[in-house]
Amino acid sequence: MINAVGRELPEKIGSYVVKPFLGTGLAKDDYGPVVSNRRPTLKPASGTKLVATLEDAIKASGLQDGMTISFHHCFREGDKIIGQVLTAIRNLGIKNLRFAPSAVVNVKNPSVVEFVKDGTISRIEASGIRGELGDAVINGDIELDEPVILRPHGARPRAIESGDLKIDVAFLGASAADEYGNATGQVGPNACGSMGYAFVDALNAAKVVIVTDNLVDYPCCPISISQQYVDFVVKVDEIGDPAKIGAGAARMTKNPRDLMIAQYTANAIAASRRFKDGFSFQTGAGAIPIAITNFLAEKMEEREIKASFALGGIPAAIIDMYEKGLVRVVACSQSFDAVAAKAIAANPGVIEIDNAVYSNIYAKGCMLDRLNFGVLGALEIDTDFNINILTGSSGEMMGGLGGGPDVADGADISVVTLPLVRGRTPSVVPKVFTLCTPGSSVAMVVTEAGIALNPAHKRYEELKEDLAAAGIKTVTIEYLCELARSIVGTPKPIETTDRVVAVVEYRDGTVIDVIRHLKR
Amino acid sequence: MGKTALKRTSLYASGASPVNLLQARFYHEDCLVYDLEDSVPIAEKDAARLLVYHLVKYQRPTDKYVLIRVNGIYSEFIDEDLEAAVRACPDAIRIPKVEYANEVKRIAERITEIEKKAGLPVGKIELWCNIESYLGALNAREIAEADPRVVALALGAEDYTASLRATRTKEGLEIFYARNLVLTACRAAGVEAIDAVFSDINDKEGLMKDVALSKNLGFDGKTVVHPRQVDVVNAAFTPSAKEIRYAKRVLDAVEEGKREGKGAVTLDGSMIDKPMELRARTTLAQADAAGIAY
Amino acid sequence: MEIRKTAVAGTLESSDIMVTIRPNPGKGLQIELESVVLSMFGDEIRKTVEEVVSSFGIEDAVVELQDKGAIDCVIRARVSAAICRAAETKFDWSAFDPENGREEA
Repeated sequence: MINAVGRELPEKIGSYVVKPFLGTGLAKDDYGPVVSNRRPTLKPASGTKLVATLEDAIKASGLQDGMTISFHHCFREGDKIIGQVLTAIRNLGIKNLRFAPSAVVNVKNPSVVEFVKDGTISRIEASGIRGELGDAVINGDIELDEPVILRPHGARPRAIESGDLKIDVAFLGASAADEYGNATGQVGPNACGSMGYAFVDALNAAKVVIVTDNLVDYPCCPISISQQYVDFVVKVDEIGDPAKIGAGAARMTKNPRDLMIAQYTANAIAASRRFKDGFSFQTGAGAIPIAITNFLAEKMEEREIKASFALGGIPAAIIDMYEKGLVRVVACSQSFDAVAAKAIAANPGVIEIDNAVYSNIYAKGCMLDRLNFGVLGALEIDTDFNINILTGSSGEMMGGLGGGPDVADGADISVVTLPLVRGRTPSVVPKVFTLCTPGSSVAMVVTEAGIALNPAHKRYEELKEDLAAAGIKTVTIEYLCELARSIVGTPKPIETTDRVVAVVEYRDGTVIDVIRHLKR
Repeated sequence: MGKTALKRTSLYASGASPVNLLQARFYHEDCLVYDLEDSVPIAEKDAARLLVYHLVKYQRPTDKYVLIRVNGIYSEFIDEDLEAAVRACPDAIRIPKVEYANEVKRIAERITEIEKKAGLPVGKIELWCNIESYLGALNAREIAEADPRVVALALGAEDYTASLRATRTKEGLEIFYARNLVLTACRAAGVEAIDAVFSDINDKEGLMKDVALSKNLGFDGKTVVHPRQVDVVNAAFTPSAKEIRYAKRVLDAVEEGKREGKGAVTLDGSMIDKPMELRARTTLAQADAAGIAY
Repeated sequence: MEIRKTAVAGTLESSDIMVTIRPNPGKGLQIELESVVLSMFGDEIRKTVEEVVSSFGIEDAVVELQDKGAIDCVIRARVSAAICRAAETKFDWSAFDPENGREEA
């Protein structure tokens, strides 16, 4: 069958029944009552939830072959929990697990691939599987019976609460915790800041294990994950590498191309009628977003306006705006560096939020629905403004879905920023390889070669008027696509087999695209 | 987008770096200078020459004035540089360290020979002469008038001040005389005057002051060394809305005076003289070139 | 033209290509290609390199390419530079002038 964005999909992949994407704004309005694995549970007879080792915690949790385990990715590339837990599970001989972290970060030594190869893991569901695991899946180095299910952040809470993804044991890393299970990521030597991606797991898993390297006196303060959801606490030597969890504040890029893209973006946002006192925005992390954040701060000071809130994954640049009084509330679903990680405990207006509050489309309204401006990165965009954030130019796994599809859909004005070409790889193409975010939800794209507005976006006329009034020139997406082609040439199309290795879900749980095994 | 008639900014891109050469087309400079001289190490001159030739020939930006800066007239590289540069067909070749008119004549003749051999239209490639020494400055008018190909002189302050034994400062008093000398020569010869680089790429305020001085002195544009300087310099050489409005009123008053056969025309109580009219015409020509509607 | 010695042109920076040319007497043209855009442009890069090499009248050479995403005309420039260095000769700029009647690769 063919879905609303023209992608050819099988009816069924393994046991996964495909519900085709019908279009933005057409999400099914009833998924039935919330399904949870959480059990009403008495206090532990021993008076403590502390267990000696990860093996003990796994045994106590009742983990069996074929069950589902989950993790959060708030420690990013610095995570040392996933490797330790999987090793302990392997030592106990438990097999065929469904591995369902909020995202697979590129953990090495050991790599997740090893646990797939030895049969510890047989199914994977996450927002992205970049790195070794992704390459192994897409190249067919590892063969799974079920497709990998990739969900944007806004789809995972729904998948859990609707029963599509029932979690048996959640292993949740915390940089500080007490023996009764109160835990946080905001303090301690390995602080990661917001634990936004851990809440839905804590609320709905059958058993919850807190893994920490920093046991504190009862009660832990602040409390992010409350003791009422926690079954066991384990202390390990090290939960992460602080340098990789959150390096210091990223310096403003000096790359003149990135600065130019950032300046164009800030100019376009400032030209909008929605850029006024009390507006809201999400810019994200990375060289271009941080430069955009800094340029926006300049514009806000010039116009003497303040934002009501900044949302999402938060870098130091946003905290800097908060400290200057330019933003009233900073709502962190994630903290991208050490400055942002520590800012939550230090500032009343910098708050930790549950990912479901941030992005869940089935949360009676989430915070990103209230965004005026959302800035997104992308690997590719096509002439229909569809975005690919998963696969690179050779078809390799390059990124995760993250909250991109959610922000594009929720924000009044979504802006995709990317360089026209990266080396010889074109970023503006006739047709994206993997479609992750539908073009109808993308208002404009900004490159160093100009800004293109999407005529199919609901705010096209408004934006066209506002940009024209500010004297900002625009180009067409077709012009950008042809310019990129004239520079790099026409790439040979990526060849795939018919075998589907991954499903890309949209935020409403329908299938927007699939990823097929690469022909080599 | 058509090619600009403006020469507000000319940005150097190093012939040693493909990524710099490819990126440079996306900044807002009016003139893009593909450099074979100072930014290319001696051992890479051959490779840079081939790189610049191929990029100008096959990836030339259509909305910019394209130049190739060749190596010095007395360097071992000049012959091959000219062979390559002429065949790449840029808008202009920029010659460093020009001191005498006969140097320009020799280069122009050499270009004509290559154009003929290569079957290219003769005389199409223009010349920019860099004035980078006291001799160049003193001979500026003859250099500017040496050959019809010469369309601009560009002051190079670093080498010039070194030749004088002067100290280069941000304020630039040491180049004040050379600026005036070059500018006056350009006006006399009817060519464009391009001011020297402001070297500190991190000092935006210093650059703004320096380019304001360039503009007030009468220069048509300025060489820039970093993409970050481009927008500031362009802005300084683009007339403001207020300047355009005033120029328009001056010229409207002049027109009205002509129609009514008045000898003297006044605006806001003061008489409009010839210099005022000339300045107004220059302002509107600059606005036209920058594509500003008024 | 003959490859006399091993020579290198280009760098390993993004958008560049490092070309190493070695003599390969009597054994024809051998191209070894590593590229960050291999699946997209591998065939085209080989074709370009073959064209440029043959435009110099070279039949025997080992051409080793480490490509960091160079576009076509950069590859042509870098291969030409490496050939001239390896053949210890200057590039003949007049080779494609009308009087010489040859087509540029």
